[in-house]
Amino acid sequence: MKCAGWKCSLSLVLMLGAILLAAAPLSAQQTPTSSTASSTTATSPTTPEIPKVVNEKLAQLDKDVKAAQSSADNAWMLVSAALVLMMTGPGLALFYGGLVRRKNTLAIMMQSFALMALITVMWALVGYSLCFGGDGHFIGSFEHAFLRGVGADPNPDYAGTIPQLTFMVYQLMFAIITPALITGATAERMKFSGTVLFLALWFLVVYAPLAHMVWGKGGLLNASLGGKFPTLDFAGGTVVHISSGVSALVCALYLGKRTGYPKQPMPPHSLVLSFIGACLLWVGWFGFNAGSALASNSLATSAFVATHFAAAAAALSWSAAEWIKNGRASALGAISGAVAGLVAITPAAGFVGPMPALAIGLIAGVVCYWMVTKVKAIFGYDDALDAFGVHGAGGTIGALLTGVFAQQVINPIFGAGKAVGGLDGHWGQVGNQLVGVLIAWVFALVGTLVLLKIVDMLTGVRVPEEHEIEGLDITQHGEEAYNLES
Amino acid sequence: MMKLEAIIQPSRFESVKDALREIGIEGMTVTEVRGHGRQKGHTEVYRGREYTVDLLPKIKLEMVLPDALVNRVVDTILKTAKTGKIGDGKIFLSRVEEAIRIRNEERGENAL
Repeated sequence: MKCAGWKCSLSLVLMLGAILLAAAPLSAQQTPTSSTASSTTATSPTTPEIPKVVNEKLAQLDKDVKAAQSSADNAWMLVSAALVLMMTGPGLALFYGGLVRRKNTLAIMMQSFALMALITVMWALVGYSLCFGGDGHFIGSFEHAFLRGVGADPNPDYAGTIPQLTFMVYQLMFAIITPALITGATAERMKFSGTVLFLALWFLVVYAPLAHMVWGKGGLLNASLGGKFPTLDFAGGTVVHISSGVSALVCALYLGKRTGYPKQPMPPHSLVLSFIGACLLWVGWFGFNAGSALASNSLATSAFVATHFAAAAAALSWSAAEWIKNGRASALGAISGAVAGLVAITPAAGFVGPMPALAIGLIAGVVCYWMVTKVKAIFGYDDALDAFGVHGAGGTIGALLTGVFAQQVINPIFGAGKAVGGLDGHWGQVGNQLVGVLIAWVFALVGTLVLLKIVDMLTGVRVPEEHEIEGLDITQHGEEAYNLES
Repeated sequence: MMKLEAIIQPSRFESVKDALREIGIEGMTVTEVRGHGRQKGHTEVYRGREYTVDLLPKIKLEMVLPDALVNRVVDTILKTAKTGKIGDGKIFLSRVEEAIRIRNEERGENAL
């Protein structure tokens, strides 16, 4: 090399440092996804003296480092996408499937599965674009309709290191599970035709705008990409859990109680299925929350840990409440508590450390226990599988507590050194969270009510009483879950 | 000929069956049934909703016996099915008019 001595090596070190710094952006569903453009020219005072060959070598290194990071991030994000799909089928399908009476087992599982197919197709046609195209305040655009322009290149607005295709398919899995959660409230009495039509419309009218408002560029509530009311929602407390949970409540009220409820016993037909389902949900949630870092970085680890701790704490607190109340800790209570904790930590996962995660879990377990055992009985609505009691309530608690516990040491979303949550010294964030929660509540309430009216006119929403008594498996699908004679 | 119906605890069924085989009883019909006598049911709680389960699972044995065997069988069942707690079940005996083996139309005790 012609370049002489220390001068050359110094500039090389400086440049490598710059490359490495530039190549490690903190990206997340909600973080300032700073542009990943490298700045190879910024640091060198000796540019003219560097021979071409060194520049070329550096450019090559820069490319290699980026490629390596992209590979790592992409691997984790593809696994995460698969994990989130696993939450719907088999996770949620088994969890809900076990909770219904045996005559409705296939019907409830089929609703989840139908959404896996239906939302996927809708997502490819317009769904992704409505959520993540354009930069409107309320809803996306048709920019990416038919997945136009969605390919191997990253979309730097959202995830600068992975192919946009990966980001697209990862987000799809969220859009699948969210409407599937609602079926917990409509279980055992809603028509299959009405369910499919309602949830397809719900995805377009409620989910897509909310997802854009909270996560989309320019969205009203987006905390990192120019929102008016920066609402912290790392992995879907408002978008997924409040939206589905509140809509579930509206559905339960609109449909009315199941025939015989609450006098006739309607115990879960197989807690074994529910148990397996809940455990699959717990594992899948690592993809849901830690994957929401949108990269294989330390923020993903932090979210992973927070997720796990909150689930454990909530399983304990629900069980403890039950033990005190009934003198026993039940398996159904423990798994319900874990799910409640997972719901509540979802918006907070990428903003809090392990100790706040434990606190959020402990609170969520007790509050959700109280919601499904006391509040439901007081008001008398028939939220059959407690979609509102767990997701609506847990999501609301989680969203508000995110405003309390979010820490800038975990995720400096408002800029380095700026307080994020209340305990950080930014109590205004609780107000922002409240705005986000209220908007999500109102949006879900009104949207669901209007859609139910429309669907009721088109296909009807509730099965006739004799079909309900015979069971939805036979009357809606012409088959039985358990053919014991065959 | 006597017909014997015994309602017993499911947990005692295997012992009863083995003991009956030892004294030479070869045929019986067994049904899983639900019911209750003086034994109260129990309460189950699912997410705060209480269900009283008063029909409990039991096993019903049915067999038709030649008169000479009835006492031995009853003694055997009493000995093996008893746990001493409420819920052990009951034995019912009734007279049977006729028995016919379908395969060869044998009648009476020969058909048993």
